This record gives sequence, structure tokens and C-alpha cells, in this order.
Amino acid sequence: MKHRPMFGAPTRGKTRRSSNNELKNDREARSAYELRLVAAAGFVLLLFGVLLARFFWLQGIQHDKYMTLAEANRISLVPVPPSRGIIRDRNGVILAHNFSAYTLEITPSRIGNLEATIAALNTLVEITPKDRRRFKKLQEESKDFESLPIKTRLTDEEVARFAANSYRFPGVEIKARLFRHYPYGQIASHLIGYIGRINDRDLADLEEAGTLANYRGSEHIGKIGIEASYERYLHGTTGFEEVEIDANGRAVRTLRRVSPRPGQDLQLSVDIKLQEVAERLLAGRRGALVAIEPATGGVLAFVSQPGFDPNLFVDGIDPQTWKELNESLDKPLLNRALRGEYPPGSTFKPFMAMAALEGNFPLVHQTIADPGYFVFGGHRFRDSKAGGYGSMSFDRSLTVSSDTYYYQLAVQMGIDYIANFMSGMDFGQRTGIDLPGERPGVLPSAEWKRKRFKNPAQQKWYAGETVSIGIGQGYNSYTPLQMAHATATLVNYGVAYRPHVVNQIVDPNTGELTQVEPRPERTLPWKRENIERVIRGLASVITNGTGANAFRNAGYTAGGKTGTAQVFSLKGGKYNARSVHERLRDHSWFIAFAPVEQPRIALAVIVENGGFGAAAAAPIARKVLDFYLLGKKPEDPVAQNASVVEQPSAERTGD
Amino acid sequence: MIKRLWERFKQPIDPWLLLFTLLVFVVSAVLLYSASNQDVDRVSDKLTFMGISLVLMWCIANIRQQTLMRLALPAYLVGVLLLLAVEFFGVTSHGATRWLNIGITRIQPSELMRIALPLMLAWYFHLHEVHLNWRHFVVGALLIVVPVGLILKQPDLGTGLLITSSGFYVLFFAGLSWRLIAAGAAAFGGLAYVVTHWNLCINILHEYQCRRVATMLDPTSDPLGAGYHIIQGTIAIGSGGWFGKGWLAGTQTHLDFIPERTTDFIFAVFGEEFGLVGNALLLLLYLLVIARGLMISHGASTTFGRLLAGSIALNFFTYVFVNMGMVSGILPVVGVPLPLISYGGTSMVSILASFGLLMSIQRDRKLMKG
Repeated sequence: MKHRPMFGAPTRGKTRRSSNNELKNDREARSAYELRLVAAAGFVLLLFGVLLARFFWLQGIQHDKYMTLAEANRISLVPVPPSRGIIRDRNGVILAHNFSAYTLEITPSRIGNLEATIAALNTLVEITPKDRRRFKKLQEESKDFESLPIKTRLTDEEVARFAANSYRFPGVEIKARLFRHYPYGQIASHLIGYIGRINDRDLADLEEAGTLANYRGSEHIGKIGIEASYERYLHGTTGFEEVEIDANGRAVRTLRRVSPRPGQDLQLSVDIKLQEVAERLLAGRRGALVAIEPATGGVLAFVSQPGFDPNLFVDGIDPQTWKELNESLDKPLLNRALRGEYPPGSTFKPFMAMAALEGNFPLVHQTIADPGYFVFGGHRFRDSKAGGYGSMSFDRSLTVSSDTYYYQLAVQMGIDYIANFMSGMDFGQRTGIDLPGERPGVLPSAEWKRKRFKNPAQQKWYAGETVSIGIGQGYNSYTPLQMAHATATLVNYGVAYRPHVVNQIVDPNTGELTQVEPRPERTLPWKRENIERVIRGLASVITNGTGANAFRNAGYTAGGKTGTAQVFSLKGGKYNARSVHERLRDHSWFIAFAPVEQPRIALAVIVENGGFGAAAAAPIARKVLDFYLLGKKPEDPVAQNASVVEQPSAERTGD
Repeated sequence: MIKRLWERFKQPIDPWLLLFTLLVFVVSAVLLYSASNQDVDRVSDKLTFMGISLVLMWCIANIRQQTLMRLALPAYLVGVLLLLAVEFFGVTSHGATRWLNIGITRIQPSELMRIALPLMLAWYFHLHEVHLNWRHFVVGALLIVVPVGLILKQPDLGTGLLITSSGFYVLFFAGLSWRLIAAGAAAFGGLAYVVTHWNLCINILHEYQCRRVATMLDPTSDPLGAGYHIIQGTIAIGSGGWFGKGWLAGTQTHLDFIPERTTDFIFAVFGEEFGLVGNALLLLLYLLVIARGLMISHGASTTFGRLLAGSIALNFFTYVFVNMGMVSGILPVVGVPLPLISYGGTSMVSILASFGLLMSIQRDRKLMKG
């Protein structure tokens, strides 16, 4: 204390501390600090005392008990992973199942020279460069003490050969494992998804969800599609074995076993035969098709082309194949049905018509002049039919797909009314389907624009922008799923079901069924006569409108609407399919339902860069309906593709 | 010439603190060899970290107190900015976003905050020492809340609590009212009671954190998960008895029953192999480190030095207590390493950096006297 008459920063103390009073304050502060130091020391000693007491309790008093426990602790808990649930289609056809096979696994940390070991193994069991690449990738993603498969699905002969030589390979083991297999390969790949090895992200999610313990012993987890969204049903409950181990840690015998509870099986609403037909019709193109049963919301087919083989992903995909898939211009890994957002084009018109009738706008009761264009704010909005139809009424507007009529209708309704009405059918919001990663699409509105743009000049909604919203262009963009869902809701008289791909969850032990739905999500308060009028209009598209070519001699009644979505702005020039680069051509849309009286199926199909809706998409819809309603299989797909080039006749342009 | 270099080298070093640190290092290396099943690679890794950390400690010990004070505010601001950066561009691993990728390596800004926060607070209270009033404590509390809030968001409850405590210790030595301390302790105790006994999960606790608390109360409820750690850790310590099973002879350890036995649970290995006597000696060794820290605080020439040294010493103590308490089953499992002993570089680097600060404070005292 004596050495330090001043305390505080020495540089600024001297004059201040000449006052006696402050010196006294300093002394007080000093003794207060010293009291705190003593308190701190006491605190430390007290808590260390608590620790010491705890150690004394455990090691002195309870030592015998814990010693016995440690002696008995030759019992190790070994997790036993459950077998994963099986996925079947609505008719019980297996889409994903497990089979047992042998794998050759390496624990890198127990091996000195990995390359040499793999080379030596190669003399017993063929290890392809692909296997090596895949193993290398797995190794980068895993910890060294994990056992990683170098070769999967060994033959019996290979197993025998390795077993005879296994003494030469410490750290290499043969393991019997369950493998996931998708017998349909590419078919429905986006829908079913796949499982893959558990990575850091999955671990984090599992820890967050508090289910990490249930995954001890599991190596795979659902990554996308149904495999991911129903993970908690499919996985099952991990059991464990109490194993007695010897001094070297080797298992001697099993003392007790709590069996794992296998995962629940799933029965889909999807009909794999219909799915196959639709996939084949879209094969070789980029596109999507979603078919829904309107009365339940059950998804009948869910196609996104091109697809991929999910079996490649199960045990780690090799980097080269992954690169090819990931970098392909056709984006085979993109789930177009769920995540592809496209302007709906004229397939938006039926919903505009519905909105007009419900709002009882004056235009509904009028016949307007149709010169082939509509002038708004000094700008000329062109109709796809040059010269127009002369005059246009509400009922004819759907049949021939008049742009002029819907331009005017949109202006009359105004953007806020349109946005409000459309949101009732889940446009611009997720439908809530039981698949992960759904995109909401864009339902434009003044409010949406305000949020979407940062620049104040762009935030304002201009009335001119409403015009092209009427024909499904402008900012409009929706997923094929949303289009199918809206169609199903419309033809189901406004009773909206949440679309779902799984019908039932089946407990394989008890056979107990859990129905996923159906329960109406909401009922839209629409007048029945209005709905019937729109449905009549859509039926007329098939009988004598833009869809008539594709549906000639159908043998059942159907309704539908063609659509053509602009990919590339023509800036006033005339669109000519042949002169525009293939990937800038228009997207071809078709929405349909059948039969008209009591629709059993509603669907939306899009063919990217397919040109006119009537040209590419409508024939596909026709063949899908033919198969679903009549059981008629489409002929050779090559012949079918040839007809796509055919241009619609002059009277049926409209799109 | 060599003599002068030697003088220069040892001038900033506090021999006592260095001696105790080296003794803990010896324990650490010996223990890690056993815990890692005689993995020489891991031990040599650990020795490398020790070397790097000692160099860092020496460098920091050379910094003058005046410079440290000038560095306080920038260090604090950089720490907060980095925590904000983690919030927006952080690397996520095992469910928490704690790391920042800076090209060469990943850094964990919360480790920097462990030093920067006490530094900042000590400087702040030093600045206002003459006319200290309650407003300064409010500002001090805010200086704690900002970084801790960001750390809790990562989420990292363990580090958040430890950094709060390091800041609190500064306030404590600066003279925070006893009444407030008592009220705070009561509130914290009440909160802990509510969480543990009514199993109530409040927003700031993630579900898994709640479950860990619940598991501590009844380890058998989750035998494959966190309960397993507690059960096996307790068995390991208890079976060690008075004198332990001997080095390399712990059955729990070598039959793989102790999870994370080289990192957070390494104390279970120590307890099993060296027994109650070993535990007591280890506690004594840690106590010497803490006592030296408190003595440096007592001898410091400035308020800044007193507050900083006191906070560092008590914070070190907190790490020891929380880790040993968790492994022996009287505290919930939070990811806190045993200081200087657990395998892992980051925590060792930041602890030795704080020892460097202690030495700097100690050296400046000598200079003032002379």
C-alpha cells in the first residue's frame, strides 16, 4: 500500500490527488476492492470445496458401488438400426424397398497405407476407378474412424474370397447391410427422392430436432422428395443390444436385445402406371406434369423431366456423375413440378373468368369489339390472333383464348381484386403439399411489388402492368403443381384440398393405417352457376376451341385450356418459332380435367420451349387422360413426338 | 550478449505463473497419451499447440499496459463486428453458426471476445474510476449484453454464460453493489430451478439444451444420448477410488466407454486413473494458478490492471469448475473444455493469451516500483 499512494492512471493523477478528500475516497475504494478480493478467494475455495466433496462422495464413499458398475461395465450398448419403411404406389406396387447385401468397408484410421491396401484388395475383389472416386469423396466427408464402404453389393464368391484373406487386412471388414433400392429408377425420381449418407448438416438438424440418439447406428437419411418429407415415419426406432465385451473390447455374447421398430410403410396416392405413361410422353423434353384427383387432393402423377437415377445417390454418388447431373443445361436435378416457376400464359384465363363472374364486372355482360389489340395508356397490347375476331363475348373468350378480352377484363378488375381472388386458390403461396422445397410462385400485386423491389421508382404499381396480368404474363409465375391444384379446386366447385402424395401410413407390425387426408382445406364461396359457366367454357375449348385438334374423337368429355408462356420478349417483333433459338421458344402449357360431369382427374402439363400450348402440351394431356380414363396406352413415343411440330389451324390460333 | 538476450527474454515473464502452467501442461500431455489410447500424433499436436500458445503469451506479456488500454476499445469493436459477421456469413457446423471463414482457416470470434470483453470493461471502469456511479454499471452491463446476445444466437449457451461471467467479474471488482449481486444470484438460481424442476423451456434455450438439463436429473432417461455421457463419466470417476487404477489402466477409458474422452470428458479419464488423491492434487494445481492471478490483481498498479487480472483469474476458475462439475454430474452437460488439459487448440490459445495479459500487468507493477 505504501508504495502506491496514487492509484489510477499515473499520468492524470497528480493535481487531482492533492486534495485530501480524494485521497480518502481512494483509500475507501482500495479497502472495498480488497474486501472483494477476499470474497472472490472465498468463493473459489467454497466451490472447489464442493467439487472435492463430490469427488469424495464418488471416489471415497460410493467407490465400491462404482467399482462394481465398472466391473460389470463389460456391457456395451450397441445400437441396432431399424429397417426403413417401404414405399408403394396406390395399387401396392413397390417403389422403394430394402434388400440385404454384403459390403466391403474400410476404416481409414486403422490403415497405414490406404492406396496400397486398396490395390491389394483389388486383386481379390474388383474395385473400379468409379468405386475409388466415390470412396475418396466419402472419406473427405467423414471422420477417419468411421467405417466406409469401398465396394457395395458383393457377390457370394467375392465374399468368400475376401473372407479367406481377411487376416491380411486389418481395418477392412465385410458387413451385411440393408440397401435402399428404387426399382423404377428414373421414373418418379423427383417425387420419391432418395436417401444418402448422413452429413454434418443432417447431424445438426437431428440434434436440433432432438432425434440424434435415434440415429446412432443409422448411416442414411432421406435427402429429397418423399424420402425426406416422411423421414420421421420411414426411419423407425433404433433398438440396441447389450453386448458383453472382453478386455480387448470384443463382443463375447449378447445379454439383452431391445429390437428396433421398423419404419412405417407409405402408400402413395400416385398411380405408378399413369406416372410411367406421363414420363414416357415427356421423355426427351424438359417439362413437368402434375395430375390430381379433385375430390381428394391426392396426386395421381407427379412428373419432372428430365429425371435421374436415385439409386446413384444411396451410397454416395461418384463426383464425375454428380458433376454431369449438376452441370447439365437440362437441369435434371431440378424438380420442375414443385420448384419450376413459369408464367402461366393463357391457362390463367379460366381463373380470371371465374374472378370476373364472382365480382360481377360489367364486361361479363357485354360483347366488345375485338380489333386484335387493346390500347391502354398509349401502348398497344397485341392479340396473338392478328386482326382479332371482330367481336368477343365472355363465353367465347375462353374457347378461342381472346387476349383482347382479358386485357380489358384485367383493367376493369384492377390488380388488387385479382391478387385477392387468386390467393384463394394458393396462387403465389405454397399449396402445402407433403414434399420438401416447394416454391410459392409469384402472385403480383401492388403490395408484392413494394416488397420485392428496393428502388422506390420500381416499387410503384403501374396500371399498365395490370393489362398483361390478365393473360397470365407480366410478373405472374407459378409452379405446375399450383396450376394443377387450382384446376382441381375449380372443377371441384371451389372445395380445395391440400395436395398430397401419400395416402396412408402403414405400421408394418400392427397393420394399423393412418389416413393422411382427405379433409377440405377450405371451401371458396363461389356461386355454383358461375363455376358451371367457366367449366362449360373450358369444355368448349376441347369441343371446338384451341384444344379441339388434340382431343378429336376422345371418347369422353373433357375440359381444358391451352397456354403459351413467353420466355423471350419480342419487343414488338413477330414471333416465329423457327427463327428463335430453341431455348428461347415459348413454353407450352395445358391444363385439363375429365370427365366434365364429375371430374376424376385434373392436370397441368408444361413443356419447356414447346411452342404453342395446343402443339406440345395438349397432345400429352390427351394421352394421359386416355390412359387414365380408358386404359389406352399411347403408341410409340417417337411417332408422337413427330406430330408436335404441327401448327394449329388459323381459326384455332388464339394462343 | 547471450546474457542480455536472456534478460530480455525473461523480463516480461512471471516465473510463478509460468511454472504452474508448465506443470498443468505436463499433466495434460501424460493424460492425453492415455486418453487417446497412446496416440503419439495427438500428443505431439497438443505439444505444438502448447508451444504456439507460449510464444503468444510471451508476446502479449511484452505489451505495455498503456498500449493494452488503447487496444481495449478497438479489440471490443472488432469482436462485436466479427460476431455480427458470424450472424450473417458464418459457417455452420453441428447446428451452430460459430465460425467465420477467413480464407486460410476458420476463426471463432467468441474466443476473441473472451479476452476483449474484460479488457474493454476494465478500461471503461478505469477511465471513470474517480466519479463512479450506477450509470457506469448500466453501461457496463450493456457492454456485456451486446456480444453475449450475439453469442447466444449462434447458439452457444456455454460460451455465452462464460463470457457473461468474465464481464460480471469486472463489474464485481469495480464495486457492483452487493445487493444487486445477491438479487442477480437469486434470479439466476430461480431461473435454473424453474428450468430444471418444471422442465420449462424458455425461448433462449434450445430444445436440446433443455433436454440436457432434464437428462442430468435423470440420466437413465436417455441411455443412447446425453445421459450416456453422464452415467459413464460418473462411473469412471467413482471407480477410480482413493488412488486410481493407475496410468493407462482405466478400464472405462480403454474399453471406449467414455465419450469425448480426449476433449470435454478428459477429466473422467484423470479421475479414473489417478483417483481422489490425483483429483485433489489437480485441484490444488489449478488453485495455485488462480491464486497467482488474484495476487497479480492485488499487486497491480492501476485499476485497469486490478480489474482485468481479477476477471481473468476468476474466469479461469469458472472453466475449471464448470468442466469438473459437468463431468462429475453436478452440472448439466455444456461444451466447456478443461482448461489447458482438454485436446483442442482454440481454448488453449485464448487462455494463454489471457495469461500473457496477467504477466503484462505484473511486469508493469515492477516498473512502476522501480
